[in-house]
Amino acid sequence: MTGESTDDIVVKIRNLTFSRGNRKIFDGVDIDIQRGKVTAIMGPSGTGKTTLLKIIGGQLKPEMGEILVDGHNVHKIKQKDLYELRKRMGMLFQSGALLTDLNVFDNVAFPLREHTPLSESMIRSLVLLKLEAVGLRAARDLMPSELSGGMARRVAMARAITLDPMMIMYDEPFTGQDPISMGVLVQLIRKLSDALGLTSIVVSHDVAETCEIADYLYIIADGKVIQHGSPDYLYKEGNPWVEQFLRGLPDGPVRFHFPGVGYEEDLFAGALDPTDIDK
Amino acid sequence: MWVLDKLQAIGKSSLGIFERFGRATIFLFHVLSGIGSLITRPQLLVCQLFFVGVLSLLIILISGLFVGMVLALQGYYILSHFGAEQTLGVMVAASLVRELGPVVSALLFSGRAGSALTAEIGLMRATEQLSGIEMMAVNPIHRIIAPRFWAGVISMPLLASLFSSLGVLGGYFVGVLLLGVDDGAFWSQMQSKLDFYDDVLNGVIKSIIFGFAVTWIAIFEGYDAIPTSEGVSRATTRTVVYSAFAILGLDFVLTALMFGN
Ligand SMILES: Nc1ncnc2c1ncn2[C@@H]1O[C@H](COP(=O)(O)OP(=O)(O)OP(=O)(O)O)[C@@H](O)[C@H]1O
Ligand SMILES: [Mg+2]
Repeated sequence: MTGESTDDIVVKIRNLTFSRGNRKIFDGVDIDIQRGKVTAIMGPSGTGKTTLLKIIGGQLKPEMGEILVDGHNVHKIKQKDLYELRKRMGMLFQSGALLTDLNVFDNVAFPLREHTPLSESMIRSLVLLKLEAVGLRAARDLMPSELSGGMARRVAMARAITLDPMMIMYDEPFTGQDPISMGVLVQLIRKLSDALGLTSIVVSHDVAETCEIADYLYIIADGKVIQHGSPDYLYKEGNPWVEQFLRGLPDGPVRFHFPGVGYEEDLFAGALDPTDIDK
Repeated sequence: MWVLDKLQAIGKSSLGIFERFGRATIFLFHVLSGIGSLITRPQLLVCQLFFVGVLSLLIILISGLFVGMVLALQGYYILSHFGAEQTLGVMVAASLVRELGPVVSALLFSGRAGSALTAEIGLMRATEQLSGIEMMAVNPIHRIIAPRFWAGVISMPLLASLFSSLGVLGGYFVGVLLLGVDDGAFWSQMQSKLDFYDDVLNGVIKSIIFGFAVTWIAIFEGYDAIPTSEGVSRATTRTVVYSAFAILGLDFVLTALMFGN
């Protein structure tokens, strides 16, 4: 399925192993992200999709395995080079992560002011351009605390694309968006990839929207890649895991519950001993 | 066997303390290595000097004034027993410049600015703002923490000097204007008996060291806070408590070194 030459692979993950406490979040995961394509990563809540993005961004260190971003091993290169590499990676955080003491305009202008010697008028045009793309040009004077969740995420998205990076990681960009803004964002991600050749990694639970724009899908669960391929391929192939996930069926091999003891056992563990009732 | 258990527990917690101290030291080196970006962008520092220093002025000035007034009242009462009211100016100024100025203003500073720094940095971490900055290829320790650290280190001696100055004015007000100590004696005794190096400079050195310690504690506690509301609230408390210990402990050591012989 991955017959491309290595040059076309922007992010190459090999044998990734990562644990939180005693729980293995990833256990030997291999992922290739193709250049200029939209790759979606899906999986049940709590499988470690956000963790994966943070590992790619060099914020978390894996126990084993290597992560190559554009040929650089993220966890081996010098800190200075890692920061250089990050200039070419945008990331949209699940929480937005806007700077709360700056207004919308200054938040989006932040990377430009830090990394470019552009004049204020240039910065203004660029920021307004990005805000226009997410439909929030008129909200530029609001503070982050005055934004709704969906608006904050769109500002964060504008900020992630200000430096025109080679790759953007979107952590659940569609959550909390109304159908109209969702449609706009879906098209924006697709357009950035088509027009600018941007590589996109999209983590999302919105199966229909994601499948619509994704060129390639990875489905992860229980610390492993369950299946990967183009959306069409995955729909046709009929793997029970994938089937359940893509169609949103409650019953199947994927567990809805966080791993632990059985429900009945847990319920009865706290119940009164029948012999106590008489007393 | 409980003796062994206790010993083990003590060993474990002391290891924990050393480990944390080690992390704080490494953190400090990262902060200090960020000085370059402050030289190229002094406006970051100026902005923090306002938040950390200027906004602490009110509490420092008012406290200084009152401490000086109380010193004059108490001092006059004792000195008048020996007929030495004329030396009131020396007594007030020496106590302020050597001890009370640096120590009390540092304690106030840790409560006013230190706790605010811890809460701010802790919340920035809890809301992923620091991670966000890091992913925008900006080093959060250099961009966010270092300006706050230097603002604290620079503000502290200035605030302590203002505290002492206002204290002397408060002492003058009570001693000369209310209690009738001779105006000329108040100032001239102060001028002749206080030494610039022994008294004033040593006091300034103390306040620089306190400023360094308090700000270091505040930024480290914020950065190291568990990223939850409870974690940040605990970290804020720790900043104030540890700062107080550090100030009083350091003050004893410094006083012994400076005035000990
Ligand atoms: N700071 C942390 N300390 C300990 N465990 C953590 C921490 N952050 C996340 N985890 C654990 O790691 C696992 C993966 O978390 P992650 O946030 O990557 O999930 P996710 O796939 O992004 O989920 P969602 O779709 O709900 O956002 C979770 O099960 C969580 O319990
Ligand atoms: Mg997540």
